[in-house]
Amino acid sequence: MSRTLARRKENAAGFLFASPWLLGIAIFMLYPVGASLYYSFCDYSILKPPMNVGLDNYRELAADAVFWKVSANTLIYAVLSLPTSMLVALGLAMLLNNKVRALPVFRTIFFLPSLVPQVALAVLWLWIFNSEHGIFNTLLDHVGISGPNWLGDPAWTKPCLAVMAMWGCGNMMVIYLASLQDVPATYLEAAELDGAGAWARTRHITLPMISPIIFFNLITGMIGVLQVFTVPYVMFPDGTPARSSYFYTTYLFDNAFKFNKMGYACAMAWIMLISILILTGIAAKLSSKHVYYEGAQ
Amino acid sequence: MNLNPLVLPGCAVAILASVWGMERISDRTEPPGPIHIAYWEKWTGFERDAMQAVVDDFNKSQNRIHVDLVATSDVGNKTMFAVSAGCPPDVAGLWGDNVAHYADDRAVIPLDDFCRQYGITAADYIPCYWKLVNYDGHTWALPSTPSSSALHYNTALLRKLGFDPDRPPKTIEELTRMSDAMTFKKNGHLEKAGFMPSQPGNWNWGWGYLFGGKLWDGEDKITTDTPENIRAFDWIQSFSRKFGRGEAEAFKNSFGNVASPQNPFIAGQVVFELEGVWTHNFVHKYAPDIKLGVAPFPYPADRPDLAGSTFVGEDILCIPRGAPHPKEAFEFIRFVQTQPEMEKLCLLQEKNSPLDKVSDHFWKVHGNPNIHIYDELARGKNTIRMPQMGIWPEFSEELENTFDEISLMDVTPKQALRDLQVTMQSKLDRYNARLEERRRLGL
Repeated sequence: MSRTLARRKENAAGFLFASPWLLGIAIFMLYPVGASLYYSFCDYSILKPPMNVGLDNYRELAADAVFWKVSANTLIYAVLSLPTSMLVALGLAMLLNNKVRALPVFRTIFFLPSLVPQVALAVLWLWIFNSEHGIFNTLLDHVGISGPNWLGDPAWTKPCLAVMAMWGCGNMMVIYLASLQDVPATYLEAAELDGAGAWARTRHITLPMISPIIFFNLITGMIGVLQVFTVPYVMFPDGTPARSSYFYTTYLFDNAFKFNKMGYACAMAWIMLISILILTGIAAKLSSKHVYYEGAQ
Repeated sequence: MNLNPLVLPGCAVAILASVWGMERISDRTEPPGPIHIAYWEKWTGFERDAMQAVVDDFNKSQNRIHVDLVATSDVGNKTMFAVSAGCPPDVAGLWGDNVAHYADDRAVIPLDDFCRQYGITAADYIPCYWKLVNYDGHTWALPSTPSSSALHYNTALLRKLGFDPDRPPKTIEELTRMSDAMTFKKNGHLEKAGFMPSQPGNWNWGWGYLFGGKLWDGEDKITTDTPENIRAFDWIQSFSRKFGRGEAEAFKNSFGNVASPQNPFIAGQVVFELEGVWTHNFVHKYAPDIKLGVAPFPYPADRPDLAGSTFVGEDILCIPRGAPHPKEAFEFIRFVQTQPEMEKLCLLQEKNSPLDKVSDHFWKVHGNPNIHIYDELARGKNTIRMPQMGIWPEFSEELENTFDEISLMDVTPKQALRDLQVTMQSKLDRYNARLEERRRLGL
């Protein structure tokens, strides 16, 4: 058998082994993605055949006040929620990276909230934030502060959700923890011998060494917060009060499944995809000078 | 491991072939015996049991057709997806509010021919309930159980606060005065309310109708910013001014679901509420000691012609497009429309009947002592139906948001309703234009 024929057979075998996955991605990912692009240019309700309307859906979106409202809500939520979650997760990871007694117990305790199902979490926080009987306002009452109407005042709904997001930062924390344990002890010891304090070691050794992980958490976290759905959907039906908690994906979902405007929803999905790509690109560009890859040129 | 390269694709082909083969087989084979009708229904609990009793009667009444009732959550969406996928149930128990939406999307089939064949006409029904299932010149569904709304009040609380429970408010002005006298605040927060427009808030879209307004002209013009609608929402906002911004929402949030003992009306923290015929069931279940008062909802003093205004609605039975046994499905739907079965269903669900003729037995044994009031309201001249328009799901969301903004005093009613007018007119124009284009293209 010639060498070329053997290589060809080997390639074919490779593709054949990968074929279940390839078929899966083609049927369940590529086709729906392609179809959604086509439907974004159509009037389509899933019950009637699609009718081409050109760029009408995109034009309608540009003039849709609710679209801009939900986009702004989502961005504000992202700005409130992402940095706080990342900082809290990093802080917890650093604390849990110390050698203290009962460390596995602490790690478990801090990770446990991430395992709570989203719907249960939403119901739980509905009561925590209840302005009349909730634990937050009861504690504030004890120190003489009249707590706000967390769930009923448009100004407080997004901060509420940002606080809740911190509750689930266990996943980020675990990733940070793994990366912190990879920071070479020799660097830290050498710095200590040179007289560097704890903050200087963190600032000049730990953070640069884990910067790829911080960047990874930033990107995945950003994608996650821009697609926030379950908790606000359960806690604030219809984005109440006054659409202050109405987010991009909730409006997209309503268009697709409540108003039967699947074409319009597809256009929204494509705008979201492109926005995330642009934001990721910007983040990658801005972070290129601040992320240190060991072994990179 | 040496694996023949043909094994994996072979497996994939075998799986696909077996799925295809199963589909072919399942498409063509009917099990022996009676034809099975799949009936998806939204109800659970005692309401489901009531319909099951009617289904059992039907199954016993003949041996050709057997109805299988399946209680289905989120039945509206699931039916739509099933229609889209080409495997819908034979009968779907949906909401009457969305008949136009279902019809425009051709999700259900018109029942005109079946109705003609079986002699079912408008004369069989109380007019408002018949109108609810008719749209664009066709009958798209038939009723299961109906409802009408009224003013409900806690008679003991009324007496305790010095009012005569046998003389409920007749006008909006009287209701407002009584409500003010029954509203109490503590440390700036609402403790008890006489009347609260957002409690429970089932008809936040329709306050304008109680003042003589309308949301559209029935064809192609949105009319949200009429003086009557503005007056209604001014009245709504007056409660926010009295309660304080956000106080009503905070008060409501401190209670639980409507169908629970934590309902503020059932808990005795709200005296009056605009509610439907089902209120009796909640009170009976969660607070049987409450003596419920029911009266027509008040009208503006200068508009006595609006006396007896009531919001009417109904659950409906329809045949989704693509249903495998439409004829047999209609036989079941027709069976539900017979007077004995409809009365059985409405008695078990403790609702009024949508049929024009009602037996003496029905009134005699009905568990709701106020059932006559709901029936009379539904037969009156001021019945209010949700606008029958294809974009109603979107319109109602916009109205809820407008209600919210006005209640929070973020905007004046005049401005909010004008903004809504502009937004919805543009959406309606686009919707109608696309519908017209589809008709032109035959899509």
